[in-house]
Amino acid sequence: MKNTATKKRTAKAIRSDFFILRLYIAGQTPNSVTAIANLKKICEDKLRGKYRIEVVDLLEKPQLAKGDQIIAIPTLVRRLPPPVKKIIGNLSKTESVIVGLDLQPAR
Amino acid sequence: MPRARQKLKPIRSSLAKAPTGIQGLDEVTGGGLPKGRVSLVCGNAGCGKSLLAMEFLVHGALRYGEPGVCMNFEETEEKLAANVASLGFDLRELTKRKRLLIDYVFIERNQIAEAGEYNLDGLFIRLAHAVKTIKAKRVVLDSVQALFAGVADSAILRSELQRLFRWLEDHKLTAIVTGEAGVHTLTRHNLEEYIADCVIALDHRVTEQISTRRLRIVKYRGTSHGTDEYPFLIDEEGISVVPITSLALTHKALIERVSTGITALDEMMEGKGFFRGSSVLVTGTAGTGKSSMAANFVSAACARGELCLYFTFEESPSQILRNMRSVGLNLERWVKPGLLHFNAMRPTSTGLEGHLAAIHKLIARLQPSIVVIDPITNLISASGNFDVKSMLVRLVDFLKVKKITSMFTNLTFAGDPQARTTAAVSSLMDTWIVLRDSKPNGRPRRELYVLKSRGMAHSRVVRELIVSARGLELGGLLADHSTAAPPAGSAKVVAVE
Repeated sequence: MKNTATKKRTAKAIRSDFFILRLYIAGQTPNSVTAIANLKKICEDKLRGKYRIEVVDLLEKPQLAKGDQIIAIPTLVRRLPPPVKKIIGNLSKTESVIVGLDLQPAR
Repeated sequence: MPRARQKLKPIRSSLAKAPTGIQGLDEVTGGGLPKGRVSLVCGNAGCGKSLLAMEFLVHGALRYGEPGVCMNFEETEEKLAANVASLGFDLRELTKRKRLLIDYVFIERNQIAEAGEYNLDGLFIRLAHAVKTIKAKRVVLDSVQALFAGVADSAILRSELQRLFRWLEDHKLTAIVTGEAGVHTLTRHNLEEYIADCVIALDHRVTEQISTRRLRIVKYRGTSHGTDEYPFLIDEEGISVVPITSLALTHKALIERVSTGITALDEMMEGKGFFRGSSVLVTGTAGTGKSSMAANFVSAACARGELCLYFTFEESPSQILRNMRSVGLNLERWVKPGLLHFNAMRPTSTGLEGHLAAIHKLIARLQPSIVVIDPITNLISASGNFDVKSMLVRLVDFLKVKKITSMFTNLTFAGDPQARTTAAVSSLMDTWIVLRDSKPNGRPRRELYVLKSRGMAHSRVVRELIVSARGLELGGLLADHSTAAPPAGSAKVVAVE
């Protein structure tokens, strides 16, 4: 049932430790490719099973740039958990990404 | 080979221009901003740069068939629309009709972390998308400096801004970029270094409690432009700039004549009065009849069906109407059918520049054939220490180009007939009529003589000016005011003498 599936997903998304990350890119530029790879690696290391990545290519959907007020490319937006956070760059500085996304495990 | 020669096109002598539609600015810039290029408009907060940019877009959309995109980094669409609504600009309607697109770019100062290399493609994509959506020809970026707050790496930002300006030019968009004034530079982040074609600086100063706005064209590649500061005004219709209307003295002198409104005075001037399009100065001490002369002049013009514009800086229009009734002049009958327009302004309400801008605007709108400024003394007192003469040159030139006959009255003080203000303006005037008090044998009387009148053989005698309920009349000849031999044209008068 479609309804149940949606409910399940919503329920899952509401879990406080689940991350929805949206990465804005503009075509397959070196920075975009690097950012996707870096993000996947960091998520697998730190958030295995608790994240979803959405990649938005603004060359295909330019109208989406306004919603998240995108200026720089690549831009990573942490949509969940709140608050919304933004990181710009190809995410090669892993430490900055971890701090920016607040991924430090609580000790 | 003539055929080959015909193919050679003459070199374009001037750049293509995109008119701003802002009164005066297009004259000053020789037609507007460089088409397909980026112009920088800079100045302090509140100097009017955002308004100038917005007018450029609105006029472009409404008058020149060029839709425009405004990327605004400071204000939301709603706020921007509210700001210019008082000027009669309906941004929402323009947006609905796809003549205008406003994109508010919000820059979070603290929420953005940086982790690796990036560029500003997001901004480019947004702009390109907006431009494509409404097929824009004009773009405003107001103000890109906000980016410096949101992007930490200023080296990236600078190279990206350069890329952005190039992108605009590659897409043949006529653009205005606004920038805040810096302490020692035109703009805070030296944006002027990236703009090669056109830089306009706006300024808003307060001197002696009177605020004045000025506009200066700092650079305009490929166009001759004045480097002067041009005063400008922001009022309910937006910006208007007071230009030097003629950089050269090229206005055509007219031979047509205009009656002074006083038959005897006409007779003193070859029987015909002033030249049309000339400027007349009437000086005199208090109570010598300057305003009455001006009123006679406009009344006669209205009787001929000419439109007159009367600027008063001392009395209210109703006061003038009442006073003139006492000397047998019914001016009301010209006010009602719209032949005579009064414009009363407090001299201290704004600076001289502001007054001149308002005068220019009203003249441009009403297109009168006669203009009276009564008195110019008060106007000058509002000038602070600004160069009065250069301002008046602009006004007189403007009137001459428009073929408007003008009369300026000037109050002088007893014992100081050649006052500073008189000296400043008299050389600009074609005709100078002097009124004065005199008390021969203890009987006070008013006297009049024509001190100069270019291009005509005017009478040089002093005559009594009689002001009564019947109006203004000239009495008997009193004396020759100059020792020089009277010119041939006044022989008739001299013979009577």
